[in-house]
Amino acid sequence: MNKDVAVEVRNAVKAFGQGDSAVRALDDVSVNIRKGEFFTLLGPSGCGKTTLLRLIAGFETPTSGEILLDGKDITRDPPNRRPVNTVFQSYALFPHLTVAQNIGFGLEMQGRPKAEIADVTANMLALVQLGPMAQRKTSQLSGGQQQRVALARALAPRPKVLLLDEPLSALDLKLRKEMQIELKRLQLETGITFIFVTHDQEEALTMSDRIGVMSAGKIQQIGAPRDIYTRPVNRFVASFIGESNFLSGAVETGGVRLSCGDLVDAAGSEGRSGKVTLAVRPEQVRLTRAGEPGALPATITDWVYFGTDTHCHLALSDGTEVVARLQSPATGDAGLEKGKAVALRFAPGAAQVLGD
Amino acid sequence: MAERAFSATRLPGFATIAVVVFLVLYLPIFTLVIFSFNDANSVAIWGGFSLRWYQIAWANDDVKEAAVRSLIIATSAALIATTVATMAALGTTRRAAFKGQTLIYVIINQPLMVPEIVTAVALLIFFGFIKVTTGYQGLGYLIAAHSAFCVPFAYLPIRARLEGMDLSLETAAADLYATPWQTFRKVTLPILLPGIIAGAMLAFVISLDDVVITEFVKSGGQDTLPTYMLGQIRRAVTPDVNAISTALLVLTVLLLTAFFLLTRRRD
Repeated sequence: MNKDVAVEVRNAVKAFGQGDSAVRALDDVSVNIRKGEFFTLLGPSGCGKTTLLRLIAGFETPTSGEILLDGKDITRDPPNRRPVNTVFQSYALFPHLTVAQNIGFGLEMQGRPKAEIADVTANMLALVQLGPMAQRKTSQLSGGQQQRVALARALAPRPKVLLLDEPLSALDLKLRKEMQIELKRLQLETGITFIFVTHDQEEALTMSDRIGVMSAGKIQQIGAPRDIYTRPVNRFVASFIGESNFLSGAVETGGVRLSCGDLVDAAGSEGRSGKVTLAVRPEQVRLTRAGEPGALPATITDWVYFGTDTHCHLALSDGTEVVARLQSPATGDAGLEKGKAVALRFAPGAAQVLGD
Repeated sequence: MAERAFSATRLPGFATIAVVVFLVLYLPIFTLVIFSFNDANSVAIWGGFSLRWYQIAWANDDVKEAAVRSLIIATSAALIATTVATMAALGTTRRAAFKGQTLIYVIINQPLMVPEIVTAVALLIFFGFIKVTTGYQGLGYLIAAHSAFCVPFAYLPIRARLEGMDLSLETAAADLYATPWQTFRKVTLPILLPGIIAGAMLAFVISLDDVVITEFVKSGGQDTLPTYMLGQIRRAVTPDVNAISTALLVLTVLLLTAFFLLTRRRD
């Protein structure tokens, strides 16, 4: 057993419904989450990320497969016997209790002495900067403050793993940015393993040590934010996180021959043959003068001004569409004209061969 | 000029209709209350202010006995009905939707839909059978009957409160190491309490003024306040009935006011 692993999910399957109409919310998912890391489950709604979180919390039991916490099988343990706490999307604060009573609830249920509960509650209130609010009812707090109470309540019993189910989705943009920083700070200060569920790619990229991208009940890719963004393994990951240009071609010695006839360098073509799809991020596409040697001839079909950058839509010689994201110049329109013949290049290492 | 938003208050005849409705609803009750303080022997002719009929009613042992019996039945029925209704409400709302849910609602709310006289006759026959078999003649039949028809009245406010209660509250309690019993004691019950009290009071009031079922189910000498009054009026209309009615009215208004205050409170 690996001592660095906090949570191990082995071949978890969760099916809802019976027989032919059964839906597999989780389809043979295996993942190891390391101790002390900020791990994010990222995917569109219905991809199974919340189901996986609920399996780890104990709110659901898997149809098959195991969940291990610190190497111990907890698959069948009820939620109240798991040293794992959850921050709910709706916060689920107890409306009949004060802020301090909410935070002390877990410790009280564990039967800890009163003095210890008071002590930990005071520390938690300080940690989330809500000291003066201790005796308020939770309904008297703002959304951001409720969020902090929910966090403090889940952290107070010092769980081995903290689960966060889209906790920021109800907050407005400015508050969400603040809470992102706050969450990261809390995670570093407490050293607790965080498993964070979100559909927001930016949130995942900025906060996580590692991301597990999910779709259709399966984990598509696990990796550090930079790996996920620069080396997506398949078309789903490449299009769900950021934007991508997709180009079809065939592997040859020395690169990939695109359908427009040009040969380009591509990462990940080793060991591959035949037809493949390439992904290139729009910001990695460079425009040059038409006729430049080694560049792909293209025609500008349209451009859209976005402020910091300008999106230039291009068509390659066979009609394949490519979008280039160019930094907007201080003045003028960078010579972009519809119908103008230009050429484009991909930044070194930017083209990535996708798996099937 | 800016166009004003639609308001029912500006429809023609709104004020007139409102006044007529209030008069129809409350004028008889006002008359009843006023004439309960009448000094005259007649129920229809005013003869000056007096508390005489209250004294007469209070001195009447039959009235006192009937009142005590009414309170025993109403209190027992409210307690039993509220307990059953709370369990029914928890069973129908604190879980995922299930097949036959509507049928369960219909069954629980049956007393609201079946004509009371039908239930009364059914109970008369059913209890008659039990009386013959067991020989038991006590208040148990009335308490059982009242408990049964009070269940939906207790159930509705409790269910309304539960439906407004996020299911994730109980999930959160379980997540924070509460056993199922602790979850109920520390989370579900305290949040539900205003609904339970409201349900109990509604059940109490409904039991207190029931006539039809009581009239059919009661054995000899088991008059409740309403059936006693009905018996009195059959013989002669005396103003002490006004006094008893007013006393009942005051009790009911107090309970219903408390009911509204409790159900209005939102966390």
